[in-house]
Amino acid sequence: MIKRTLLAAVAACAIAVPAAAQDFTITNATVATGDGSEPIENGHVVVRGGRVVSVGAGAPAAGGTAIDAEGRWVTPGLFATVTTLGLSDVGAVSESNDTQAGSSPFSAALDAAPAINPSSQHILVHRAAGVTRAASVTMPASSIFGGQGAIIDLGADPQAVVRPRAFQVVALGESGARLAGGSRTATHALLRNALREATRFGEDASIPGRASRAADVRTGDDLPIDPRMTGDDAARGDDVLLTRFDAAALVPVVRGEQPLYVSVERASDIRSVLALRSEFPGLDLVLVGASEGWLVANEIAASGVPVIADGLDDLPQSFEELGSTQSNIGRMVAAGVKVAINAAAMENPRNLNQYAGNLVALSRLPGASGLSWGQAFAAISSIPAEISGMGGRAGVLAPNAAGDVVIWDGDPLELGAMPVRVFIDGVEQPLDNHQSRLKERYRDLDESDLPKAYDW
Amino acid sequence: MRLPAKFAACILASSALAACATTDGADRSRTSSSAAAEIGTPYASTYRPYPGRPTALVGATVFDGTGGRIDNGTVLFREGKVVAVGDSSLSTEGYDRIDANGKFVTPGVIDIHSHLGNYPTPSVDAHSDGNEATSPTTPEVWAEHSVWPQDPGFSRALANGGVTSLQILPGSANLTGGRTVTLKNVAARTVQGMKFPGAPYGMKMACGENPKRVYGSRGRIPSTRMGNFAVNRQMWLDAKAYDGEKRDLGKETLKGVLDGDILVHNHCYRADEMALVMDMAEEMGYKVTAFHHAVEAYKIGDLLRENDVCSAIWADWYGFKMEAYDGILENAALLNQAGACVVIHSDDANGIQRLNQEAGKAQAAGRRMGMEISDGDVIGWITLNAAKAMGIADQTGSLETGKMADVVLWNGDPLSVYSRPEKVWIDGALMFDALDRKRRPVSDFELGQPGEGDVK
Repeated sequence: MIKRTLLAAVAACAIAVPAAAQDFTITNATVATGDGSEPIENGHVVVRGGRVVSVGAGAPAAGGTAIDAEGRWVTPGLFATVTTLGLSDVGAVSESNDTQAGSSPFSAALDAAPAINPSSQHILVHRAAGVTRAASVTMPASSIFGGQGAIIDLGADPQAVVRPRAFQVVALGESGARLAGGSRTATHALLRNALREATRFGEDASIPGRASRAADVRTGDDLPIDPRMTGDDAARGDDVLLTRFDAAALVPVVRGEQPLYVSVERASDIRSVLALRSEFPGLDLVLVGASEGWLVANEIAASGVPVIADGLDDLPQSFEELGSTQSNIGRMVAAGVKVAINAAAMENPRNLNQYAGNLVALSRLPGASGLSWGQAFAAISSIPAEISGMGGRAGVLAPNAAGDVVIWDGDPLELGAMPVRVFIDGVEQPLDNHQSRLKERYRDLDESDLPKAYDW
Repeated sequence: MRLPAKFAACILASSALAACATTDGADRSRTSSSAAAEIGTPYASTYRPYPGRPTALVGATVFDGTGGRIDNGTVLFREGKVVAVGDSSLSTEGYDRIDANGKFVTPGVIDIHSHLGNYPTPSVDAHSDGNEATSPTTPEVWAEHSVWPQDPGFSRALANGGVTSLQILPGSANLTGGRTVTLKNVAARTVQGMKFPGAPYGMKMACGENPKRVYGSRGRIPSTRMGNFAVNRQMWLDAKAYDGEKRDLGKETLKGVLDGDILVHNHCYRADEMALVMDMAEEMGYKVTAFHHAVEAYKIGDLLRENDVCSAIWADWYGFKMEAYDGILENAALLNQAGACVVIHSDDANGIQRLNQEAGKAQAAGRRMGMEISDGDVIGWITLNAAKAMGIADQTGSLETGKMADVVLWNGDPLSVYSRPEKVWIDGALMFDALDRKRRPVSDFELGQPGEGDVK
């Protein structure tokens, strides 16, 4: 026991030393490139200087460390969107949870980038599950705008943020309506008002503004403040429901320089979103959720707007999801929509591959619409990367793409598949975390010599 | 984009707690059943099996639920009961033959922890019927009085998950939440039409964060874990002093537990708390049948084995609340290694559709750690072990002569992500057929709505 523990500790230390990108050539692999194609048997991947330089069949005479995959699957790292990775430690421990800022005077101006913690256990756990990049953002809480999301990598180094302020988030539909004041009409008024103010702000930078929602008043053990002094109405004297800072943050949105991720489910709400571009032609829209997308698949396809869709929703969870079905993604893809699987619509983003596998299963079920293996894997790799502005640079094994490479212990879409090795930007990653340490400590329950607390 | 909602849902759901205490499977079940019949006279089951054809499933790989596996097997059932399970030498004369070559057969899947019906979809406030969160101990409430039989979730659990029986529990806001109810997953106009005939009642209990948070936030006991125990212990002392002369609904339930007729299902995450609960049970003279959620069960597999307490767990939920911080993928495998009883549960209207997949993930985690657990044993985690812990193992949970013909024909290996139920029989009646679009239940709520009768 002790001997094994020591060895493990030595190994952990060795891995913990920051490593530079290494040149390597993986051969004898089943290579899935992530671009939607079917896997390549007996393939190879060559990584040099942190980037992929060659992918294909056979075994080229390439330099660097030779890695024999022994027939294992090799893929690009998974790309998870939308997530809160790096923004919380424990969901229900509010002090540790930065995923929402419901009491903030700010909304659109919130910027995930400086809050990302590369040492978060969720990042470590997801790295070990083969997720190498993610889009991380605060969710709408103080207003319909959630804030500006960051593209991050999950590497074991201090530089998690690859691209700050990569997109803005807005909630429409039922949740947005509650945040906006209790009706979808309020959402649309607030959204239009905000976008117009942002347009004007970009022109003359002189709008007035106030907090989008009154901050909570904490009274400790004292008597509560008279509710008439703290209600929502207290902040409603102004023309503008956004702060100047929030309005400024929306300038790149109206100019189309920053994509706007619109959280929406109902078919009619999706149509209303697509129609926004007639008023604000610059908007670079992305639909998120879209449980009833299949009902308007042709319109979405015609608009060219991509979708980050909930993968397996099939319940009328709310009245805006009455038509939800697991065939939603298959039907949208068949109609020509670009679809990524939404990492937020599952217990944890590490279930992305399981969800993709389920979409393959649907292709074998009469009446259902699913995806081919290649399409399903693309929906958790190259397509979310493209939607995130990383097309060709992540989520794919192709020349010039980042050296994000995962060697799996089996078919990566199959249940329980896990990486045996993970590289990010060509750097081999440690796969240890809180969970792996617990697992080793409790491999047996023997305390005959010392308590478990000494087993580390 | 529904991350906050998902987090909220799992926190809420996690608040549901169940623990049951069975001793040795079938014998205990029979005792419990007869005792429950006396107690359970009110609101009696009106379920009667629907008509079925004498059916022979031929050529399948059969997992019988007890750990057994038969390749190229034959399963015969008629008049609602399993007649024989064997190899290809079994005569199928007099039976409708279904060629199941290349397919798999298992007992109907059983979910020991569900809130279908008492937290139904659409999940609007008006449907929130799972927690009588007005007193920390409410043994007087019965979950069946909250179950809405039109919950569309029942049909998804049947069609996508092969679920034929399930236990509905009160939530976990309360230390003692009330009686559970075990249902057949058959569409019915009334809950009585779903009640599993002869199933013993369970009683839901909860330890840890939820009760102390719910009541502590109202400035009343319990606000601490020690408060949790104080309230429960006093409840048991009062119950023991109950003379039965004047009817008292709560005390009748507690008396049922003390008499061994009602099984305790105890929501509990932390190992140290489970150990304390087992001592409380010993102090007060009752038995915990199962700890539900039990993310730290792997730390006390020996204690759980010695006390004959099952752990009903997820495959991979972790980190959403403080007491779930030490969740690991290897929980089920380590418990199995310790010789303790494992049940995979859902506690979730989506997860219940994939219990086979959750079991597969837990199996894979064990394999990576060097613990090979047979496919047959893993299928037992979602069939016979659940039945044992619900006190219905003498009637269902395995494919054995004379048992209810609750049977799933899968279109592939149920421990693969690529497989789905093709046909599901309950008491020998075909209740779902993926090849017959009309052979699927559609709840009243879904009629005339988008996607009525869709594959979902």
